[in-house]
Formats: sequence, structure tokens, C-alpha cells
Amino acid sequence: MSEKEIKSLEEIFEARIARDEKIEPKDWMPEKYRKTHIRQISQHAHSEIVGMLPEGNWITRAPSLRRKAALLAKVQDEAGHGLYLYAACETLGVSRDELFEQLHSGKAKYSSIFNYPTITWADMGAIGWLVDGAAIINQVPLCNTSFGPYARAMVRVCKEESFHQRQGFEIMLKLCNGTPEQKEMAQDALNRWWWPSLMMLGPTDAESIHTEQSMKWKLKRKTNDELRQQFIDQTVPQADVLGLTIPDPDLKWNEETGHYDFGEIDWDEFWQVVKGHGPCNKKRMKDRVSAWENGAWVRDAAMAYAEKQENKKVAKAS
Amino acid sequence: MSKNWPLWEIFVRSKNGLEHRHFGSLHAADAEMALANARDVYTRRSEGVSIWVVESKHITASNPADNGELFEPAQDKVYRHPTFYDLPDEVKHM
Ligand SMILES: [Fe+2]
Ligand SMILES: [Fe+2]
Repeated sequence: MSEKEIKSLEEIFEARIARDEKIEPKDWMPEKYRKTHIRQISQHAHSEIVGMLPEGNWITRAPSLRRKAALLAKVQDEAGHGLYLYAACETLGVSRDELFEQLHSGKAKYSSIFNYPTITWADMGAIGWLVDGAAIINQVPLCNTSFGPYARAMVRVCKEESFHQRQGFEIMLKLCNGTPEQKEMAQDALNRWWWPSLMMLGPTDAESIHTEQSMKWKLKRKTNDELRQQFIDQTVPQADVLGLTIPDPDLKWNEETGHYDFGEIDWDEFWQVVKGHGPCNKKRMKDRVSAWENGAWVRDAAMAYAEKQENKKVAKAS
Repeated sequence: MSKNWPLWEIFVRSKNGLEHRHFGSLHAADAEMALANARDVYTRRSEGVSIWVVESKHITASNPADNGELFEPAQDKVYRHPTFYDLPDEVKHM
């Protein structure tokens, strides 16, 4: 194809998206669209999968059967989310193995929030309430994104997320209505998860390199700062219901803007964690890689068994 | 030497009376495992009453580049639609 031909295909392509048409895997697409989507969808999938680790840490120590069943179901959902998203990503012509290799080698990123430790049971509450809460804010607009398989996966994911947030909030509420020590535990979890949750919505607009193109392709509908403001505005009243204090002395309602003003985010910390220097980066990758490697013999055995059965069928038929 | 599990396409009937609909795909070593995985991945909240699995390589898909040739001819065949035909007003239900 000549450069001119590609240019006109690109114009037709952009116009289709602007008309709200969906792009399906076999449609012609600019190479940059394909690459950007592989990167974003796989990062998203990796986050779902690595995100199981900090919560998996508490499944065997959940304080009651009710809590255990709920946490187990939530973590299983996250595995499902990862699978929907990997499958959507593979429609762009990348294999599952390549995607895993990118994650395990550190070439691909996942959400930094999962590099923080879960040291008490209250962290299960704070994660569901805040981390899933922030994830919902990020994900809902993606149900209308331009790439069909991604949009369909997100619809399924969003349907499942609201239970995640509620079970987390319920854990917090129970602790807040419990003994002073339990309430203290809930406050401590909020103190540790608040700022990382705000960072989860991405760097400030001034620092964000992908925003404009992403807006065009409907990978983004609102900027990171708008999403963050939305998260804060919706979460502060919930903290009031719990009787907990948001760990930000500068947080206050602004009558004029109709939003909460909030304090400076420590972006140095964010970039440190992104670059691999968070409290649990190494542990998360080690756990993930060893789960994959220790499962290799099971995958191989299943494949060998399937081949043997297939050969038997062929032998019988002939 | 390890071999990757093949890809399967998953179709789910959400209730009797409805057709199976494409839900997504997943990897599995064989059909039986594809069914078991499909149950866990796609029907955790009673989304279905029946599952079909088909190995992806057995699906032949039309090419969007051929869409003009394939689908545009239907556009000028208006006589395939009931509104193409003139009826006198006295004829009420037809
Ligand atoms: Fe999720
Ligand atoms: Fe979730």
C-alpha cells in the first residue's frame, strides 16, 4: 500500500470511530491503534491477574465463612476479568504466551496499587471499597470504547464489579461498628490505601502522554484528573458514613466549584512504585512467575492427555 | 517441550427459547476442559443453561474487505421487503 492509500484508510477509520461505529478484530486498523490497544488491554488484564495476589493472601484467614465465601468469589471474578481481557487482546494477533512473557519479564506494566502489602484484614475492606471503587470509575466509560471485543469484555467486568465494592464497604462498616481496636484497624487501612488509590487513576493531565489520542479512540472519555475528582467527591461522603477520617488535612468542600479540594499527591512515590521500587513489586512478580512455572507440568500433562485421546479416536475410526 | 493449549470459542444459551450466543473465547487442552472452563469463566452467575465450545481454528470467517461484494447487493433489492408493494387502502391486514 502506498502512503497515500494508508492515509486515506486512516481517515475513513477515524471517521468510523467518530460516528460511534465499533472496530472489530478483522477490520483494517492503523498499526498504532493495534499496538496501543494491545498495550492497554494487556496491562489491564495483567492488573486483574496480579490483583488477585494481595487479596488471595487473606482467603484462608477470613474471619467468618460468609466473608471467606465472598472474598473467594471476588478473587475468582478477578481471574475471570483477566481471562476476558486476555482473550480480547488476543484478537489483535498477539498470543497468550507472548503476553505472559511480557508480564513475567517486567516489560509489561500492571496497576501499581497491587505493589502495596495487605497486612490486616481491614485491607480487604479498603481494597474492595477504594481500589475496586476507583477501578469502576476507570472502567465504566470503557464499556463504550471503540474496539468491540474490549467494550464487550468491559460490560461483563462492570456488571461484576459492584459486588466487589459493596463487600469491601461492608467489611469496613462492620469494623467501624465494632470494638475501638477494630475501628482503629479500619482507619489504619484507609490511611494506607487512600493515596495509592488516588494515584491509581493515573498521572496528572499535564504529565499524561496518551490522553489526546486515547480520547479520539474512546479509550478515554474523561481525563485522569476528572476521574480522580469524581472518585474523591463520591468517596468522602462514604468515609463520613463509616465515621473515618480521610488522611488529607487539605481536604475540604469547595462551595464554589461544587467539588472537594484536596492536598498534593506524592508523585515521586508513584513513579518509584511504577519503576519497580514499591514495597511488594518483587514479591508479586516472584509469586506470579512461580505459579506459572510450577503449573507447567499440569498444562503439559493436560495437553499430552488430550493428544492421546485424540489419537485413540483416530485409530478407532481408521 | 511444552505446547500451548488451543483457543476455543464459547457459545452460551442464556435460557431455553433463546439461541446460543457467542460469549468469548478461552484456552483449553480439549473440548471437555473447554466446557469446564467455560462454565467457570462465563456462567458464574447463572448466565446460561447450555454451552457449546468450538475450537477457533474450525471457524471460517468472512473478510471485512469483501463486505461490499457480499452485503451491498442486498441494498438495491427493495422488492424483498413488504413495503415495496402497493395495496389499496381497503386491504387492512396483509
Ligand atoms: Fe476486576
Ligand atoms: Fe474487582
